Amino acid sequence: MADLKITNLHKHYGGVQAVRGIDLEVASGEFTVLVGPSGCGKSTLLRTIAGLETPDGGTLEIAGRVVNYVRPRDRDIAMVFQNYALYPYMNVFENIAFGLRARKTPQAEVETRVRRAADMLGITPLLDRLPRQLSGGQRQRVAIGRAIVRNARLFLFDEPLSNLDAQLRDEMRSEIKRLHQELGTTMIYVTHDQIEAMTLADRIVLLREGKIEQAGTPLDLYERPATRFVAGFLGSPQMNFIPARLAQSGGGWAVKVGDGTSLALPARQREGLADGRAVVLGLRPQHVTRANGGNRPGHQRLTATVELVQPTGSRAYITFPLGGVPTVAELESHDVQRPGEHIDLDLDMNRAVLIDPESNRVI
Amino acid sequence: MPLMRRPGTVLAMRYAAAIVLTIFFVFPVYWLFIISFKTPDEIFAFPPVWYPKSIQFANYRVLFKDGDAETVWNSLVLAGVSTVIAMALGTICAYSLVRFKTGGENLAVWIISQRMMPPIAIVFPIFLLYVFFGWVDSFHGLIILYTAFSLPYVIWMMRGYIEDLPLELEESALVDGCTRWEVLWKVVFPMVRSGLFATAVFTFVFAWNDFLFALVLTRTEVVTYTVQVTHYFGGQSNFWAKIAAMSVLGTIPVFFAVATLQRYLVRGISMGAVKG
Repeated sequence: MADLKITNLHKHYGGVQAVRGIDLEVASGEFTVLVGPSGCGKSTLLRTIAGLETPDGGTLEIAGRVVNYVRPRDRDIAMVFQNYALYPYMNVFENIAFGLRARKTPQAEVETRVRRAADMLGITPLLDRLPRQLSGGQRQRVAIGRAIVRNARLFLFDEPLSNLDAQLRDEMRSEIKRLHQELGTTMIYVTHDQIEAMTLADRIVLLREGKIEQAGTPLDLYERPATRFVAGFLGSPQMNFIPARLAQSGGGWAVKVGDGTSLALPARQREGLADGRAVVLGLRPQHVTRANGGNRPGHQRLTATVELVQPTGSRAYITFPLGGVPTVAELESHDVQRPGEHIDLDLDMNRAVLIDPESNRVI
Repeated sequence: MPLMRRPGTVLAMRYAAAIVLTIFFVFPVYWLFIISFKTPDEIFAFPPVWYPKSIQFANYRVLFKDGDAETVWNSLVLAGVSTVIAMALGTICAYSLVRFKTGGENLAVWIISQRMMPPIAIVFPIFLLYVFFGWVDSFHGLIILYTAFSLPYVIWMMRGYIEDLPLELEESALVDGCTRWEVLWKVVFPMVRSGLFATAVFTFVFAWNDFLFALVLTRTEVVTYTVQVTHYFGGQSNFWAKIAAMSVLGTIPVFFAVATLQRYLVRGISMGAVKG
């Protein structure tokens, strides 16, 4: 059974439509990540699920019960906030126990459950400390402890890692993933960080301007984006977008980019192809590699002049012009030395996407 | 060539100035205290007796024997009860103003504007009203009045403190299983504790020091100590000993309130000051 079912949900603040007709089902035990740029409505959606906002339209069901007007405390949810929301005047133990005490749990049970949660998160030695005596990472662990101690049906995370530095963020990300595997609880997680979304999610829901742009598994969205927005949002460095025109060449199809370079498309059947039709060619930096000998089907060779090299360690991002557009490729760092170099590149056209420039949808 | 002043001299001058100023301001208080412990002869002696030979409690004994000291108790009850009521109601109102935007943008300004009204301007209508209700010379009459007068101040101050609270703390408590009232009790009150104490002290002092309303609205039953002191200013003579002793009695409770809550007072006042 779905733990959460949202039907045609609307929410506005004054004249601003924050959420515009969202339909979403989250299965029991699923880790769903709501991701999108700021202002896309992801936090509003989460807060509406929590009951901190009342929806203006549509229905919200948790475990088969409509909860539109049910108070947050009666929704059987736990929530982790961006700023930890720890009570500064209580020690760690009392902070974690807060929810249990609010629900009049017997003292003995509070004791065991808080200790078990603290154990899981490795914060047992900190139980007597006050929040101000903790580091950012420790505070976030306490905040997570306060959520898991409750055994709620639904866990909500509102950008829990965005206040942490990069290294801690990686660490806490794996921690959250491990917790989900151990607990098997339904989790809904809001972030604007596509790496967090890709690594954590069973399913990503990508939001834009209050609507769902696309939902699916991380690989689904990465490999089969439905729109230019999805294609550009996921993946780092960002997908290259090169304006082009379709052209028939020989028995198949090709795209012609601005400088006249023709790139053959793989033979697989595509709908909506017409000679001379304007398209945008979407090509991920990872799908451009250094050419090495043999010509594989669907791959296209190209000699390019390197304009910019950005080494990142084992990999290097190089920029080269393609059809007049600066295009990024991610190569092995030893593949390229310096700008101005001529280099043979291999473009994996099997994985390229064609986008209609009018509708911005993938063809 | 400019005169080179030695740092020691500068320091000495500063200390001297500080001592002179301190004596200037503290002397009246000292004189009040010392009069309350003097015999009548010492009070009127010339040259003045700067410090009495022996401490006399006779002046205080008279106040307690005649029942005059009860007026301090009356003031304590009036100021204490009205402070508790004003703090409870005012904090709840302030919370409502901040979190639920009760009354829109301007209600808070309307409320504080009540405070600007000169008490003398309304004391006569209130007197007539109280005569009509039969509330003159009663505890509840003055408690209601003091509460009404303190409320705007409490609401205004507490509003500032509550606005500074991170909303997430309350939301987290709501999700964790608290009702709004529990959020107030378990999250908001502990978080604004310093502000609560600071505001309470000022509210208490306002009611404690009130003279005008107490003078007009009391007769014989609920006389406050401020009014009682004026009874010692006679047509022919002033009872300096009683005035002094009564004034000391009236200072003690406030002194203790401020001394014990000093820690919160300083933090509470500066908490409020940070706000724009």
